[in-house]
Amino acid sequence: MYVAVKGGEAAIRNAHRLLADRRRGNRDVPALRLDQIVEQLSLGVDRVMAEGSLYDRELAALAIVQSRGDLIEAIFLVRAYRTTLPRFGYTRPVDTAAMLVERRISATYKDLPGGQLLGPTFDYTHRLLDPELAAGGAVETPAQRPADAERMSRVSEILAGEGLIEPDGELPVDRDVADITREPLEFPMERDARLQALARGDEGFLLALGYSTQRGYGRTHPFVGEIRIGEVELELDVPELPFAVPLGRVRVTECQMVNQFKGSAKAPPQFTRGYGLVFGQAERKAMAMSLCDRALRAREFGEDVVAPAQDEEFVVSHLDNVQSTGFVEHLKLPHYVDFQAELDLVRRMRAEHGRTPAVGAAETKEAAE
Amino acid sequence: MSARTSEIASYNFAYLDEQTKRMIRRAILKGIAIPGYQVPFASREMPMPYGWGTGGVQITASIIGRDDVLKVIDQGADDTTNAVSIRAFFARVAGVAVTTETAKATIIQTRHRIPEHPLGEGQVLVYQVPIPEPLRYLEPRETETRKMHALEEYGLMHVKLYEDIARHGHIATTYAYPVKVEGRYVMDPSPTPKFDNPKMHMSPALQLFGAGREKRIYALPPYTRVVSLDFEDHPFEVQRFEQPCALCGARNVYLDEVILDDRGGRMFVCSDTDYCEKRRDEGGVAANPFEPDEAAT
Amino acid sequence: MTDTLDGGFSDPVFAAQGVFRAVMDAMARPGSIRQLPALAAPPTPLTPAGAAVALTLCDHETAIWLDPVLQAARGAVAWLGFHAGAPLARTPAEAQFAIVSAPGDCIALENFSQGTQEYPDRSATLIFQIETLSGGRKLVLKGPGIATTATIAPAPLPRHFVEQWRQNGARFPRGVDIVLAAPEGIACLPRTTRIEPQEG
Repeated sequence: MYVAVKGGEAAIRNAHRLLADRRRGNRDVPALRLDQIVEQLSLGVDRVMAEGSLYDRELAALAIVQSRGDLIEAIFLVRAYRTTLPRFGYTRPVDTAAMLVERRISATYKDLPGGQLLGPTFDYTHRLLDPELAAGGAVETPAQRPADAERMSRVSEILAGEGLIEPDGELPVDRDVADITREPLEFPMERDARLQALARGDEGFLLALGYSTQRGYGRTHPFVGEIRIGEVELELDVPELPFAVPLGRVRVTECQMVNQFKGSAKAPPQFTRGYGLVFGQAERKAMAMSLCDRALRAREFGEDVVAPAQDEEFVVSHLDNVQSTGFVEHLKLPHYVDFQAELDLVRRMRAEHGRTPAVGAAETKEAAE
Repeated sequence: MSARTSEIASYNFAYLDEQTKRMIRRAILKGIAIPGYQVPFASREMPMPYGWGTGGVQITASIIGRDDVLKVIDQGADDTTNAVSIRAFFARVAGVAVTTETAKATIIQTRHRIPEHPLGEGQVLVYQVPIPEPLRYLEPRETETRKMHALEEYGLMHVKLYEDIARHGHIATTYAYPVKVEGRYVMDPSPTPKFDNPKMHMSPALQLFGAGREKRIYALPPYTRVVSLDFEDHPFEVQRFEQPCALCGARNVYLDEVILDDRGGRMFVCSDTDYCEKRRDEGGVAANPFEPDEAAT
Repeated sequence: MTDTLDGGFSDPVFAAQGVFRAVMDAMARPGSIRQLPALAAPPTPLTPAGAAVALTLCDHETAIWLDPVLQAARGAVAWLGFHAGAPLARTPAEAQFAIVSAPGDCIALENFSQGTQEYPDRSATLIFQIETLSGGRKLVLKGPGIATTATIAPAPLPRHFVEQWRQNGARFPRGVDIVLAAPEGIACLPRTTRIEPQEG
């Protein structure tokens, strides 16, 4: 009886002890070290950093161990920590054209300045389980070449040269950049706030929504203008100093989706954009994000809002997996007080039903809370 | 926690950082100044899941001090697992005294019940709220419900309640029963059974409501008029139990139905465990001796 | 002469908590007088009580408006900037908080942000630094938070305050809220509080 009148404390203590035991597993197997996770489960670490909104590999690795590899639980652990950290300021916008690129592909051009660079991708691997990995064989060092010193211009800049694509979004001069962790959401949202919400949104949720736009639920006619992955420099303006202070480098994945647009009363025919930017190497997420970003700009371009992916309140209210998992899972908390009230009502209505056959079936409140 | 872990992660008194507390405190003050109005706030992730009391926990963390005595209940009971967990959280991060006695607490955090023992002037009741918007199940869009509150346009709610009457002969809402505050805002009392609604009216205690996932805080100052919505020909009424508590003999309290066996045997006992224990200590009549301690596993 | 760097809370976490509870209780029970458990030691014309309330509630997320006397006091402005980190609002309508060191000369309440019908919480909270909560003209208060009536006698107050306050109440749910900070303690007037008409 999990709502034991006495013994709740002991039950919780014992549950935690058992959890710790199961987390550790067979003691004859060496315990995982954080550096092993950082090095060898790096995409899992990246996802936890991205959706946890905290760029710290070691903490993300700790969260993964602590959560027994449940990434949503790990994201939750990281969020609950980062939310307590003081806010020192906001960095300058990162310049992804100055990125130290490890991967860069475009689907809209065969070749382009800077070239196509496949990088560490699963794309052309054959998905055959590899027994050699299980055996722990030696791994070759990768082929390397010196990095290009020049900026690698982005596909959007190439299109912009011809005036075919809408310009980069600009923040109005009198407005500070939004911060969804400091200000409650307000609908309709500005695009900067919405992009922040998408960047920490659940990969699976955004993937499904992005997919739905491809199947006709809010079509956006997308082309992958470019995906690039690599490290960018972070810089902070400090009021007392005449120059921006470099804070270090973070790895990000950027996706610029280029969308055909026939024009409307609000905008001329041109290519429009959907944008995705995610911590770490997270290509699927960045692509899904850019599809959703474009779909959610329907109002801006005077398009009809007819599909779930275009519905800002729907998408933004449900994309956060820490929120979703909490509320779905809270249904397992005791609800017996309200259930008692419902029991009483259903008994009463059944008794009344027997007396007056014309009355319809009992309608009870749908959601347990 | 290993020494290494505490090096890479550390927390403030009552978990929240001071900036967050200030933000929540400002929202609480506006909530008090506009009774029943839901103040948006930048709710933080808490170390327990959304839906498990993060709104209430954020309020408690923002108001609690070293001299406070905290009581936490869930379903009216101090020893339900989530109440135990939240109480342990505050004992750990704030080092405050905790109690199960309603009368001794300065802050009572609750989910789904208001204690039976009348609250006093020095007390704050903090509610955990899942869906703060009373109109949400009638209109899912925040943009719409916000307009309705702004225009004091509550026709939809009355239509819903009246449809109940048309279909069932009475209002079929048993918990989270909407109230009107000081004749202005329609407010969700959180999913307390409507049995508890009258306790909110002109309470000497300050009542604060926190919805973490939905990012809303609202409040009822003490001595505030709180009226359950009803109709002249169908006045609001609370559910009544036919028998008294089987343990302490209390009447006019909210009872839980406890299943005793799989042949339909059941008993009704106080949902407020502290109230029930107090009455038994004071020699209340037990119609049916029953030791909950032994039933627990 | 108080230094800019001195005079903040000596124990910031618990001082802010204690002062907040006093403000919360005072806001919840209008007309009741609460002693502050901790005070600040700011440069004049800021007062220990007014500054304690400001440090408790304001930070870089809240724009503060200062009345002309305070605006002219460079030491006080620098002190607030250092200890609260709050930006100064250019106009009273942009401020979330206003600190008024000479309430008798305060501009009309309607100049401050009143919030909107959709977001009435986006209204200003005014911190009046006053001399007394008991030596001024008696105000009999009613409304939420008050069982029957409450009485305070704050001074100084803005000109035609009773009429201004009636108009503030008529704007409900919009309107400003006031924290009265005096040497003897604090009291609050949320927008829901009504001042009963007095003979004479």
